[in-house]
Amino acid sequence: MNAVSVLRDTELIFRRQLRLALRNPAWLIIGITQPILYLALFGPLVKHFVSAPGAPADVAWRIFVPGLLVQLGLFGSLFVGFAIIAEWRAGVIERMRVTPVSRFALLFGRVLRDVIALLVQSTVLILTGLVMGLRAPLGGVLFALAFIAVLAISMSSLSYAVGLALKSEDALAPLLNSVAVPVLLLSGILLPISRQSAPTWLYDLSRINPFRYIVDAMREVFLGVYANSTVLWGVLVSLGLAFVCVMVGVRRFQIESG
Amino acid sequence: MADSPNAAAPALDAPGRPAEPSHAEDAMIEARGLAKTFKNKRGSVEAVRGLDVTVRRGEIVGFLGPNGAGKTTSLRMLTTLLDPTGGTAVVAGADLRREPAEVRRRIGYVAQAGGTDGACTVAEELITQAQLYRLGAAEARTRCATLLAQLDLDGLEQRLVKTLSGGQKRRLDIALGLVHAPRLVFLDEPTTGLDPQSRANLWTHVRKLRDELGTTVFLTTHYLDEADALCDRILIIDSGRIVAEGTPEELKHRISGDLVTVELQAERDTRSALDALRELDGVRDAALHAKALRLTVDSGAQRLMGIMRALDAANVPIASIQLAHPTLDDVFLTLTGRSLRDDSSGTAAPPDPTLQAGSDQRRAETDTTGSAR
Repeated sequence: MNAVSVLRDTELIFRRQLRLALRNPAWLIIGITQPILYLALFGPLVKHFVSAPGAPADVAWRIFVPGLLVQLGLFGSLFVGFAIIAEWRAGVIERMRVTPVSRFALLFGRVLRDVIALLVQSTVLILTGLVMGLRAPLGGVLFALAFIAVLAISMSSLSYAVGLALKSEDALAPLLNSVAVPVLLLSGILLPISRQSAPTWLYDLSRINPFRYIVDAMREVFLGVYANSTVLWGVLVSLGLAFVCVMVGVRRFQIESG
Repeated sequence: MADSPNAAAPALDAPGRPAEPSHAEDAMIEARGLAKTFKNKRGSVEAVRGLDVTVRRGEIVGFLGPNGAGKTTSLRMLTTLLDPTGGTAVVAGADLRREPAEVRRRIGYVAQAGGTDGACTVAEELITQAQLYRLGAAEARTRCATLLAQLDLDGLEQRLVKTLSGGQKRRLDIALGLVHAPRLVFLDEPTTGLDPQSRANLWTHVRKLRDELGTTVFLTTHYLDEADALCDRILIIDSGRIVAEGTPEELKHRISGDLVTVELQAERDTRSALDALRELDGVRDAALHAKALRLTVDSGAQRLMGIMRALDAANVPIASIQLAHPTLDDVFLTLTGRSLRDDSSGTAAPPDPTLQAGSDQRRAETDTTGSAR
């Protein structure tokens, strides 16, 4: 299996999945609704909690919007596993596994579709933020979108792997919810978890949550800071998480047997 | 590919007989001792216990067995979807365990579930599938048009898959399995869920595959009429083993002559009834299913009186007596103690090895599976 055919296979699967997604764009719109609601109905309150004397008036938005982006990324991508269960049930996965197609492409073609979908949703969210009063450097926004793309790779790979392992929507939904909600809260998405604001136990718990590093790094780049240890940690954690999740996902497509 | 279907004259191989080297280059499937043991929390389940299968080029071979007999597991192993836990197989000339990717390139597989996405159009699915087999875009489109014509799907290119009828959808599934013109195609329960007309139509297409393109077809089914009508050769699997193999005629001939079913009035008489009938002239085999004795009898009509007299002499009261010519279902029942038709209900009792008469090899094999169950 050479690299060219892997790329070609990935493109083939990606195009098929994208075509299917565009044929039924309702879920894209549903996915973006929740973060927009947070932005509109919760955002105006945030500035009273996170404002420092002398800081620019829009700093609250620069802290809040990256959090919502991660929330969108986490929930948007983590729930793609439901789609793979439906595909598995229809026999699509098995049909493709009997062809010479690369197993990596079976996963990554789908993941790429999810990345594109998430980037579109994120752009809508950021533009809405601009309307609400967010001001952030373009470089920072693009950097943040790169974080989101890598996050989407991790979460959808993982979700496909778990979906294919469980093969039951009834089992997948509670599992994802029971993992996603604590992970989300412990990453300080709504309000930053700092030494000053959080009790020690909560702060320590948040330190073992990879998403926390990603959220922190995204807030830095929204503030226009690109080269400090927070951003570096964010990059390393993002890439490490993506590597592990993709490995898990590819392995699942290889051994998938049920 | 030049082989005429008749060139692949089916022979009655005894299960487990080693492959003859002279057949090697002619064989599309050559499996020896292929086995799969599933491990779960409660222990391990031997789904397939040493499969020996030879399928020659140009044959249509039916793989017959009740649910849970190991049909699908065997098929999934032969198509690289499941790793065997034992044995070897050469499929379409490639070693299953050493070069699964090569096997995938050479075979077509149509799963029971099909494998199409309802939101795709017919043409999209066919072209994508062709490209998955590494055909170029133009070549894929040509192939798509050819297959649509071959399988009577013309004019449906732009239809969404979910709007197709059951028969059309099944033909699309088969077209997807043929997109790279494989020499060997596996069909898992190809007509399950279809109405009789669509089934007959699909049989025609399967026959055409072999007759016009020389494709070797390996299909599983639990319809005996399908196996009878379509297959050159039948393999019967039960409890993970092949219990019989042959042409439909050969299999029917094995329990040849006729079937006499004698229902007794009381179950306690079964042993004395068996003893009385075993020695009777013309009775080749006798097996017991609850209160009914199933006798394999040469020229059944002429033996009825003798059977009734023998039972009378042994003081065994009879509730009813029936004479029937054998069908494949009888073959199946004789071999496995179960009827294919109601395999899920589990009402038919497995044959009790201690009560069975007859000593031919087939019977002995059934006993082995019976006691292993």
